[in-house]
Amino acid sequence: MSPPDHIVTTEAYQVSAATPVSPSSSPDPARPADAEPLLQVKDLRVSYATEDGAVRAVDGISYELGRGRTLGIVGESGSGKTVAALSVLGLTRAEGAEVGGCIEFEGRDLLALDERELRTVRGNEIAMVFQDPLSSLHPLYRVGAQIVEAIRAHQDMTKAKARARTIELLDLVGIPDPAKRVDAYPHEMSGGQRQRAMIAMALANDPKLLIADEPTTALDVTVQAQILALLSELQQERGMALVLVTHDLGVVADMADDIAVMYAGEIVESAPAERVFAAPEHPYTWGLLRSIPTLDGPREELLTPIPGSPPSPLAPPPGCRFHPRCPYAQPEHARTNPELLSTPGQPDHRVACLLEPETRRGLWRELA
Amino acid sequence: MTRYVVRRILWGVLLLILVSALTFVLFRILPTAEPARLRAGRNASPRVIAELRVDLGLNKPLITQFWLYMRGLFLHGDLGYSYTSGASVRSLIFDRLPATLSLTIGSAIIWMAIGLPIGIVSALRRRTRTDRASMGVALLFISAPEYWLGLIVLYLFAADIGRVKVFPGAGAYAGLTADPWKWFTSLILPWLVLAAGFAAVYARLMRGSLIETLGQDYIRTARAKGLPERQVVLRHGVRAAITPILTIFALDVGVLLGGAVLIETVFEIPGIGRLNYDAITHADFPIIQGTVLLAAVFIIVANILIDIAYAYLDPRVRYS
Repeated sequence: MSPPDHIVTTEAYQVSAATPVSPSSSPDPARPADAEPLLQVKDLRVSYATEDGAVRAVDGISYELGRGRTLGIVGESGSGKTVAALSVLGLTRAEGAEVGGCIEFEGRDLLALDERELRTVRGNEIAMVFQDPLSSLHPLYRVGAQIVEAIRAHQDMTKAKARARTIELLDLVGIPDPAKRVDAYPHEMSGGQRQRAMIAMALANDPKLLIADEPTTALDVTVQAQILALLSELQQERGMALVLVTHDLGVVADMADDIAVMYAGEIVESAPAERVFAAPEHPYTWGLLRSIPTLDGPREELLTPIPGSPPSPLAPPPGCRFHPRCPYAQPEHARTNPELLSTPGQPDHRVACLLEPETRRGLWRELA
Repeated sequence: MTRYVVRRILWGVLLLILVSALTFVLFRILPTAEPARLRAGRNASPRVIAELRVDLGLNKPLITQFWLYMRGLFLHGDLGYSYTSGASVRSLIFDRLPATLSLTIGSAIIWMAIGLPIGIVSALRRRTRTDRASMGVALLFISAPEYWLGLIVLYLFAADIGRVKVFPGAGAYAGLTADPWKWFTSLILPWLVLAAGFAAVYARLMRGSLIETLGQDYIRTARAKGLPERQVVLRHGVRAAITPILTIFALDVGVLLGGAVLIETVFEIPGIGRLNYDAITHADFPIIQGTVLLAAVFIIVANILIDIAYAYLDPRVRYS
């Protein structure tokens, strides 16, 4: 696989002027929409040196994200989706990962920035919400103080002002009685409230991009929907772009404009959300879709799990990484690793599969 | 909280009575020199010894002796009288306490001031040469017995016998109020020797605790906020990593206040440890009993204090 090839094919992802950005966030509504995407990831590679050898957590992924748009990155645990998200903010650096490729944010390559420059981006232009709000908040500091700290890291503001702003933010994310809760410790809040507080912290400096890594996985099912609704609402109000990393296609179904499906460190399919659900072309995506339970389907209908388990990142299988689990794999699929290529007639729908497009479409029609 | 503290104090008192009983029994049962014989001097006749036994109350049953001791302690704060000198144990202890306090507190400040920063730097530069070198030196100091180290520094730096005569040597101790300068200079070597081993232990503790803390999710959050790395490490990392270390610190200080026997002996500092050591060599039971009790008090108080402090250091801790 030669990296430059699939960079060329990424144009399809660009957001046109037709995507409206909410007026509240753009001071000049007459400003011409940027032709350049907000975030452009090119051939991102992240590997860790372990005792058993190098682990390629992310192996050459590329994607683009326009202002105010939502990208869902979907994959099983171990697919590299979280590492891919953390790398945008350079948060894998501290863990000694080797990061290659290019992450352009508003035309600047984030990977080329030094720590000091990167700090001005972190929590300011790009903010992050993590999976487990309990472990992600410092247990020994009050929630308000942690948000005040985030504000003051980027804005020259008195403590009193930052505190007032923090109360506003807590109110914005729907925490009742924010003037009182601002002094609560993380352990004194419910899981949902903690995640709301994390979101408030992420919004503290009006980021242009919010990366949410499995933001609802650690929460109760009833709270999950509330948090997603909150994220979606805030995004629309503020015209933020959102990268939503999840293992659950259901989570991104309503929210994402585009979806990228990751498998074993690679993107195997990426397309506008409607297309992923209506006409997916990768057998792995089919597997993910068929393992989502539906309420309106017949009760006797069994969910179809994907056989086998994800490959070891230490020794991914040769050829197409999904071939050992793919019911349609041919012997030659063990030799060539497919490139992510546009599918005929759909320039913004890209699939990394060795099956012929016609064959894939036929198979999906049979399955669906 | 108040109820919790009161309960802890009551338990502490009970524990002290148990400790006293145990020392009482142990030192009477174990084969040790007969205190009356030691007191009577050389070639004393059996009659003199027998009289002394009556004087010291050693002829009474053990339980009666213990009862009398406890009654004196609780009613008058009386710890009895030395078998050898006849001095009040309480006044002996109070005379010796300032030296031990000086030694312990000074040394504790030094070992924290040296050990913690080294631990932090080692944690941040994990597996580099700096880390390996400092942990190697730490291991050396942990392994070196303090009395040996004490003798070495006396040999090297003491004003009387040293190769390079820099610091006052053994037996130079003077009280803080009597002669502050002499107090300070005479304690420099003992402070450093006592602190060396502890600094090494605390450097390793801090390193381990900080490495673990830096792997926590909330550290990643602090970085994601865009905080400078210094703030991430100190305000978020060290703040969380230091709490477990403070528990150990309180206990170590408590133990040392009960007497740093080896250091006080090597440097001839008239502290509790030295008092205890002399008492043991003379089978001076009331002093042994008193110093053991004192050590137990310090350890129990340190325990209660650190538990109370914990409620402030970690908001998740609540006592009820």
